[in-house]
Amino acid sequence: MDIIIGLTVKEGTIIATSKAATRGISILKDNDDKTRQLNSHNLIAYTGESGDTVQFAEYIQANIQLSTMRENEIELSPKAVASFVRNQLATSIRSRKPYQVNALIGGYDTKTQKPSLSWVDYLGTYVELPYGAHGYSAFYCTSLFDKHYRKDMTIDEGLKLLQMCVDELNRRMPIDFKGVYVKIVDAEGIRQIDFN
Amino acid sequence: MSDPSSINGGAAVAMVGKDCVAIASDLRLGNQSLGVSNNFEKVFQFGDKTFLGLTGLASDVTTLSQVFRLKTNLYKLREERSIEPQTFANLVSSTLYEKRFGPYFIGPIVAGLDSKTDKPFICGFDLIGCIDFAKDFIVSGTASDQLYGMCESLYEPNLEPEDLFETISQALLNAVDRDALSGWGCVVYVITKDRVVKRVLRTRQD
Repeated sequence: MDIIIGLTVKEGTIIATSKAATRGISILKDNDDKTRQLNSHNLIAYTGESGDTVQFAEYIQANIQLSTMRENEIELSPKAVASFVRNQLATSIRSRKPYQVNALIGGYDTKTQKPSLSWVDYLGTYVELPYGAHGYSAFYCTSLFDKHYRKDMTIDEGLKLLQMCVDELNRRMPIDFKGVYVKIVDAEGIRQIDFN
Repeated sequence: MSDPSSINGGAAVAMVGKDCVAIASDLRLGNQSLGVSNNFEKVFQFGDKTFLGLTGLASDVTTLSQVFRLKTNLYKLREERSIEPQTFANLVSSTLYEKRFGPYFIGPIVAGLDSKTDKPFICGFDLIGCIDFAKDFIVSGTASDQLYGMCESLYEPNLEPEDLFETISQALLNAVDRDALSGWGCVVYVITKDRVVKRVLRTRQD
């Protein structure tokens, strides 16, 4: 299963996603980016059924961008974005063929100057968390987060904690996930950073 | 295992006291055995003294709490007063029965005081809206068996607000500690004629 981890620190949200695209026993790609930028301060990271994932994420991306254009360049807050995503998935789960997509939405609310991390699964379950993950990586990472996470961490400290998680995953995961892409959402916007 | 009403876990309970009612829930949200959030309240306020507890599939808990927020807000605009617990119970029932053949996987409970008579009111529902009126207590969620046991042994009629708080808290606390899918903190509302008191309880974190 793909790796998706996120945590909020004092001045932003950090999101990490694995680079490997797997299908059965094969790794098809080692530079797969499982995130889409929704607007200048919101990023969605996703896992799930291949095919559904990109379709869904790009559908969300298009709708959020449409909203930005219609609302005269006023962007939706992280909460509004997450609510929209949740609503789509909650509607989808009762349809003939539901999207099997789990997502983390990293955001930074420019109005309140607060970072946020939204955990949304394919059923339409939505919670805001200080840190979270989807799939098997959640089992390995949450315990590390429980022990070492503090609310007032800096981005550098957050990245150190993320490094601990990735090291643990490299040690325990049965297949090579080809490392992670790390993106930070903060007051400045969204940026990718070099990570090991 | 893949029963929708026990994927996320959670428990709620309501009790009647002397001129007061109490409603409480745990705070856990999980994915099967994995705890995801310890801040997921399952009690919502929809009027001055009307409360709804919602356990079951977390997706439906969120969906329904939003549906009822919409419906009670429109009700308030039409009627120029907030909804009574009795009326709200009927609203819940009919809303759930609309989805008779594709139901929401939830176990709602309603608690409140009538604004005119200050009479306590509690009731529970099954997932398609059948109302279960009770004059003592109502339980719901994955710890409902445990809650029945605790309530049957701790409950007594005509408790004062402070004693009712103690009773409902102990009932919930000890019930969720025997359920792997519930716990991780609790929230208790005690509703009396002239005020609503919310208390957050500390519990075992395992």
